[in-house]
Amino acid sequence: MLQDRDRIYTNLYGLHDPGLKGALARGVYDGVKGFIAKGREWIIEEVKESGLRGRGGAGFPTGLKWSFMPQEVGDRPHYLIVNADESEPGTCKDREILRHDPHRLIEGMILASCAVQAHTAYIYFRGEFMVERHAFEKAVQEAYDARILGKNSIFGWDLDIVVHHGAGAYICGEETALIESIEGKKGQPRLKPPFPANAGLYGCPSTVNNVESIADVGEILRRGGSWFAGIGKPNNTGTKLFCISGHVERPCVVEEAMGITFRELIDTHCGGITGGWDNLLAVIPGGSSVRLVPAEQIIDCPLTFDDLMKLGSGLGTAGMIVMDKSTDIIRAISRLIYFYKHESCGQCTPCREGTGWMWRVLERMAEGRAEKREIDLLFEVSKEIEGHTICALGDAAAWPVQGLINHFRDEIERRIDSYTARADAEGSTVREMERAASG
Amino acid sequence: MPKVKIDGQLIEVPDGTTLLQACEKAGKEVPRFCYHERLSVAGNCRMCLVEVKGMPKPMASCALSVNDLRPGPDGEPPEVFTESETARKARHGVLEFLLINHPLDCPICDQGGECDLQDQALGFGRGVSRFAEAKRAVEERYISPLIKTIMTRCIKCTRCVRFIADVAGLGDLGATGRGENVEITTYLDAALDTELVGNIVDVCPVGALTHAPYAYHARPWELSKTETIDVMDGMGSNIRVDAKFDRVMRILPRLHEDINEEWISDKTRNIADGLRSRRLDRPWVRGSDGKLREATWEEALAKLAEAFPNDAPEKAAGLAGEFVPAEEAFAFKRLMEALGVASVDCRPEHVKLGELGGRAGYLFNPTIAGIDEADAILLIGTNPRLEAAVLNTRIHRAWFDRDAQIGVIGEAIDVTYDYAHLGDGPQVLAELAAGKGDFLKVLKQAEKPLVIVGMGALRRPDGEAIWALAAKLALDVGAVRDGWNGFGVLHTDMGLPSGLEAGCLPGEGGRDTAAILQAAESGELSFLWLLHADELPMQRIGSDVFVVYQGSHGDAGAERADVILPGAAFTEKNATWVNMEGRPQLGLRAVLPPGEAREDQRIIADVARILGAEEAVFDTPAALRQALYDTAPHLADIDRITPADASALNTLAERADASALDDAPLKTPVADFWLSNAIARSSEIMQRMSAFVRGEGSREAAE
Repeated sequence: MLQDRDRIYTNLYGLHDPGLKGALARGVYDGVKGFIAKGREWIIEEVKESGLRGRGGAGFPTGLKWSFMPQEVGDRPHYLIVNADESEPGTCKDREILRHDPHRLIEGMILASCAVQAHTAYIYFRGEFMVERHAFEKAVQEAYDARILGKNSIFGWDLDIVVHHGAGAYICGEETALIESIEGKKGQPRLKPPFPANAGLYGCPSTVNNVESIADVGEILRRGGSWFAGIGKPNNTGTKLFCISGHVERPCVVEEAMGITFRELIDTHCGGITGGWDNLLAVIPGGSSVRLVPAEQIIDCPLTFDDLMKLGSGLGTAGMIVMDKSTDIIRAISRLIYFYKHESCGQCTPCREGTGWMWRVLERMAEGRAEKREIDLLFEVSKEIEGHTICALGDAAAWPVQGLINHFRDEIERRIDSYTARADAEGSTVREMERAASG
Repeated sequence: MPKVKIDGQLIEVPDGTTLLQACEKAGKEVPRFCYHERLSVAGNCRMCLVEVKGMPKPMASCALSVNDLRPGPDGEPPEVFTESETARKARHGVLEFLLINHPLDCPICDQGGECDLQDQALGFGRGVSRFAEAKRAVEERYISPLIKTIMTRCIKCTRCVRFIADVAGLGDLGATGRGENVEITTYLDAALDTELVGNIVDVCPVGALTHAPYAYHARPWELSKTETIDVMDGMGSNIRVDAKFDRVMRILPRLHEDINEEWISDKTRNIADGLRSRRLDRPWVRGSDGKLREATWEEALAKLAEAFPNDAPEKAAGLAGEFVPAEEAFAFKRLMEALGVASVDCRPEHVKLGELGGRAGYLFNPTIAGIDEADAILLIGTNPRLEAAVLNTRIHRAWFDRDAQIGVIGEAIDVTYDYAHLGDGPQVLAELAAGKGDFLKVLKQAEKPLVIVGMGALRRPDGEAIWALAAKLALDVGAVRDGWNGFGVLHTDMGLPSGLEAGCLPGEGGRDTAAILQAAESGELSFLWLLHADELPMQRIGSDVFVVYQGSHGDAGAERADVILPGAAFTEKNATWVNMEGRPQLGLRAVLPPGEAREDQRIIADVARILGAEEAVFDTPAALRQALYDTAPHLADIDRITPADASALNTLAERADASALDDAPLKTPVADFWLSNAIARSSEIMQRMSAFVRGEGSREAAE
């Protein structure tokens, strides 16, 4: 369990002042001038050493991502873009930072901007994040007033922050769709290559990072990359905000060390599973976009990117969706696929056509009004989507279905059997006609 | 040059080649829907997925450059598989997705038989559908009167959106909605304001967009296809005329990189019905009661011979119009010479092209493809959008892709690019030519400046002065030098350049068009032969002039005529057409002339015989063509441009005289794009389009 002294987010629950004064009291902005004086290479090296992996879901090493940016600023300016389009179902960590610790994010943005040599940073808010945007804008104003931001910064790195408010599309959380959206176009992912580090926002080199990744940076530099690397497990280091929702006694957002087991996480922070551990059915451990993991596999699994990948799932955003045995798992997955169908941008074929197809089949399966061979069909359809799309939304839509079929095939079959049996018992028209014909 | 191994075959391709192009080079067919050579890459259909060794997922080959491929661990060239299990499965999947919501209405779909989806479903599909849900249906969308939409068939490849944005230069077509609710539409179903909308039917890989005028008329396999040349404007776009029996059913573009790429204007595309209606299909003569009556060829020719002033050939004249190809212009001139008639012309009134500056004076010297190099363009008295819609796309591209500066002298024009409006009248040109004005700097600093003079400037009484001033300006700003001739005349038809190249100009002491019209008005003329000439002020021709009209359509010329000799339309004859660049191209006969109408060469020969000018009769079309080639050898070089001698422009520039200018604003001669010539005026579709654009017609104008 994470020691209190190792916590980065000391105002996660908004118990203290989120303003500049409170932030300074918590140590935010401490030493920033010195870090910037040490130069961008030092910042990148330190973040690399910390082993920080992107907190937005994919887990790409943050320091490495920064080092992809061009070494020198050419004709085109560099941009840092912070992705605050937190829309992943089951995920609600960034909004706590934005509401209660916005200065920690601003601090991280200054440091990250220095690392990627950007003097303008964009932050893209999810459409529904009204309160969060207001809280953040207030903090930005405070920072400008204190010359933390703007020209002649007291830290020695001039940075302007542009707040962009999205319109509420899930796909705009995809980095290239987010860039398109900032540019004023329809939020549709771009083809890669070129990657944003080469041609991103307005064709300029850009880095897109998650809110939590950026907000981590200040503390990493203050305490040293080795401190962060010392928490958690190798290659899965540091602390992480876990969002636990669903059938637990006390759903919560909590900062914990990577590598904590699921059991410890739930018992320590959530007061256990409703109805006890025997009542746990399955968990979707990384926001909705990963395969679910059945109870017996997840209970003692350390929550890291690598361990969950071994289970065929992923840590994703660490939005744990906990489902006990009262859950209609088929309907639950069906509802998730409806979400992906609704949020598909419609640009590329497999996702546009496939998500609707999967949802319709699943809706019938939830009733049992399907045939058993359709389970294999559904699996194949999900395979036809996976890996064939422009962005990862196709994969994200395919994996929940694959998780369902891998682990709950018997449940689907039982549902179909019971539906068929009911039809037999109540007597079908066809049967009566057959009887009439033979009799 | 990067090397890449495709299905085991090692090939070398230029930098920047996409994987799809590399596969094609290796002879591998990669299916695709959204990819189109001439449009920006979208990569959204996912049909062209191929397996790349070392990549975890199949890659969209249309969007991946070979330069982005990583070599193998030992530096061996990257390997690509188009036939592997991964690639095959990916294609199966994508095709299945495309088909699940695509209606099975091929039997009533106009795209049937030439549908990419049909072909690829056969070639790469699974054969049966596993989709048991209800299919999606989409409401029809309105895009243009010329386009029939059946949006349920749409596969959202966005080719049409990209054509309208990239080529036509409009941002009006787009996709609304998300996911499976994506629909292609214009804002509030407004019609697209472009003359190129028909091309979206060609780029549409399915039957979502089809030609409204052609709806349910024919099946592609019933049509005989003739590759020929368009004459609706001065470009000489390459077209294919599809005919069913003796009827032209539709006209489609053909690829010609240097002229029309693969686009044609809506007029070129949709005049098929104009080739059938208001046709002159038998000879007519005007009786003593002043009314036209049907006649036989013998009667008509006899009447003509009777009226011809044998003793006073100076009282006769001949005018060739815009549908006259080089052979006919040549034969016409030869016959007139034989008859002693010097007053022959192929030019509109006041146009002095051909008299000065040699070929360089009347050709579009930079060539149409040369616009792609120009970085400053001055348009004088022309609206390229209406006069040469496809050429206009190159100007748009020069502006959009390369920030070319564009200036306009003449009335403001409604085009898709920004331009500096220098002034309405030709005085501005005189100032530029005198070394004044801001735009002069732009032209001077440009690497390849372009000065384009339109027919709107040349058809004025002061046309000669504008022409000469433009030439002087072009020379002054360095637009004419070794390897670049940036002085161009933008012709609005094919008859004028063809006639000029064939030498159909007044002979020694002969009258030009302006003088002929004057003589016809004043009574000095007694016989006037109009060869496909309709764009003339017929009311000025005095009643005592005997007018012979030879042509294909019952238009202005036929109305005034005393004898009508029914000729052939451009789709009905084999002929050499010279476009504004001076590029000779062969037009081929797609159908026969209707009724008793004859090919015009033959009519000219018939007239020659009856007037006793046997020396002007060519025994065969080949003999006529040979005689033409002997006189103008460069015309034998089919599809090649023989560059004009640019030094001749000096003699033209010397004539620059600003004092001759008139202050009247310069206007395009193509006031109504849809009704600019006799064939278009005969087309009901063009009539309705014209009314529609004027705001009078219904939205379903072309159905």
